Amino acid sequence: MLRNLLQRLLQGIVVLLVLFTLTFFLVKAMPYGPFQQEKAIPEHIRAKVNAYYGLDQPLHVQYGKRLANFIQGDPGLSLRLEGRPVTEIIAQAFPTSLQLGIAAILIALCVGIPLGTLAAAKKNSLIDFGAMALAMIGICLPSFVIGPLLAEYFGRTLKLLPAVGWEPADPRTWILPAITLGLGTAAYLSRLTRAGMLETLSQDFVRTARAKGVPGTRILVRHCLRGGLIPAVAYVGPAFAGLISGSVVVETVFQLPGLGQHFIKAIETSDEPVILACVMLYGSLIILANFLTDLVSLWLNPRLRTR
Amino acid sequence: MTTATTTAATVIEKGSSLWADAWRRLAKNRAAMVSLFVLALIFLACLVLPAIPGFLQDPGAQNLENKNLPPSAAHYFGTDHLGRDLFSRVFFGGRVSIMVGLITTFVSVTLGVTWGAVAGYVSGRLDAFMMRIVDILYALPFLVVVILLGSVLSPQTEHLTEFTVKLIAGAGDTAKINEVRTSVEPFTTLIPLFIAIGALSWLTISRIVRAQVQSVAKLEFVEAARSLGLSHSRILFRQILPNTLGPIIVYTTLTIPGVMLFEATLSFLGLGVKPPNSSWGILIEEGANRMLSNPRLLLFPALFFSTTLFALNFLGDGLRDALDPKSSKD
Repeated sequence: MLRNLLQRLLQGIVVLLVLFTLTFFLVKAMPYGPFQQEKAIPEHIRAKVNAYYGLDQPLHVQYGKRLANFIQGDPGLSLRLEGRPVTEIIAQAFPTSLQLGIAAILIALCVGIPLGTLAAAKKNSLIDFGAMALAMIGICLPSFVIGPLLAEYFGRTLKLLPAVGWEPADPRTWILPAITLGLGTAAYLSRLTRAGMLETLSQDFVRTARAKGVPGTRILVRHCLRGGLIPAVAYVGPAFAGLISGSVVVETVFQLPGLGQHFIKAIETSDEPVILACVMLYGSLIILANFLTDLVSLWLNPRLRTR
Repeated sequence: MTTATTTAATVIEKGSSLWADAWRRLAKNRAAMVSLFVLALIFLACLVLPAIPGFLQDPGAQNLENKNLPPSAAHYFGTDHLGRDLFSRVFFGGRVSIMVGLITTFVSVTLGVTWGAVAGYVSGRLDAFMMRIVDILYALPFLVVVILLGSVLSPQTEHLTEFTVKLIAGAGDTAKINEVRTSVEPFTTLIPLFIAIGALSWLTISRIVRAQVQSVAKLEFVEAARSLGLSHSRILFRQILPNTLGPIIVYTTLTIPGVMLFEATLSFLGLGVKPPNSSWGILIEEGANRMLSNPRLLLFPALFFSTTLFALNFLGDGLRDALDPKSSKD
């Protein structure tokens, strides 16, 4: 067990290293370097700028330096934003993405799991078909269609909620972006929960419990939920990481000051330190999420422990 | 494991009747059949209509006097903010979206099936190594890496376009070269997308195929084939792989909508298909920006796109139920 976890940790480090190397050389392979502006910079000034950021050195030297700095937790200075430290950019933008991601995953959990459980409990009923049709809509409607529609209807027509913008202290500004972001995940979750619950409900111990006269709700909640949630849990961890790194679209639709915006702009301008920092952050999040998912699965499913 | 073995065993006993069975079950599934019909309709329309010269109006032809017209006999879906015919834009965009979906899925399925089949067949250390690579790729942030890969590759397409133009037009006159270029460009500029999405979406299918191959490889007929002296590649690709087709087909149907959604997302962010070429993703993006002044610009492309995704997902679900004897009891 402990050995397994250690193995996962080691693998995580390898993944991060691969990710770092891949990203670094991909960025360097981009045909348009940084400082490419409409007005050409004089050659001697460009040379000076390049020297200041260490871009005049051979590639492997740059790679070694950047890696060493990253390991020490210093991603360097942004090339696009005139030498602003990358750590400062992340400290400013990441909380928004994180907040949005947490709100979205909470919505997904609160909608997806009850809906899936209900659909499984009333299998093949109108409720089941309705819930699954709803889930299909959530999967098929991309967030960049749902987002503008929600903003238009709740924001501009009903004027219930702000249509764009983000106030960290005002939860009302979170609602629409979080729903937009979380809807797809909620839909997948409800399908996974339904499948898992159906599997569990068909087992012998459920029949025994029924025969003993245990009430239906109690069977569902006390006996089945724990086993039935295993597939859903395996999905939630990676999905949470995906929500944070995938919030770019929602940030664009609702004009939120999150990290996704910086990432897209950094890619457009070959801003290597920012790209690297974002990618490493997203990568670490995914690894962490996978790790936590494994732990929760172990807790939920005793059979995994004996192996 | 045992269920996979029995599935494979049924295939061997019954031969082709498994497919007949599956088809019978699929035909009973009303949602899947309607989806199949709708899909055939949309795919045919998007692939055939733009190819008929003069049938659709030029999707790029701007006419500022006719901007934002409501639907009429001249423009079935009305016109957009630049006076372009929305009806033909939806079908031309659909052609691109569907092509991206099909070709990228083809790339990803080919890669994933080959990788998984080889890993499952060789087993041992090479298998472990190949699966570690899959594990590592799994942990990469998908959207982020595809965006990165796509933006690195996309400028390279200029060379590719020039190369293809030279190949087709040869040393012809400028008019002909330009003509060839306009017809080739929409496709060559898509290649980075194909590669970027295809390169990262083969992971799940490789795992599925590997598990299937592992279980089939233990069966007697594989041993028989081996004792007949068939080569490894023949055993793997001619004897074992056909027995794993069911899951592959199901997964392929579910990959296409995922890939199309992905193309649309990238295009929405301005990183996929670039204007003046259009795809459903781009049309939706433009429509979302002008939702207040002309909601039809969002409505029609989103309607076609979502209907296609719906149908593909329902068809995939139906196929899964039809091809998996275990799930049919539910």
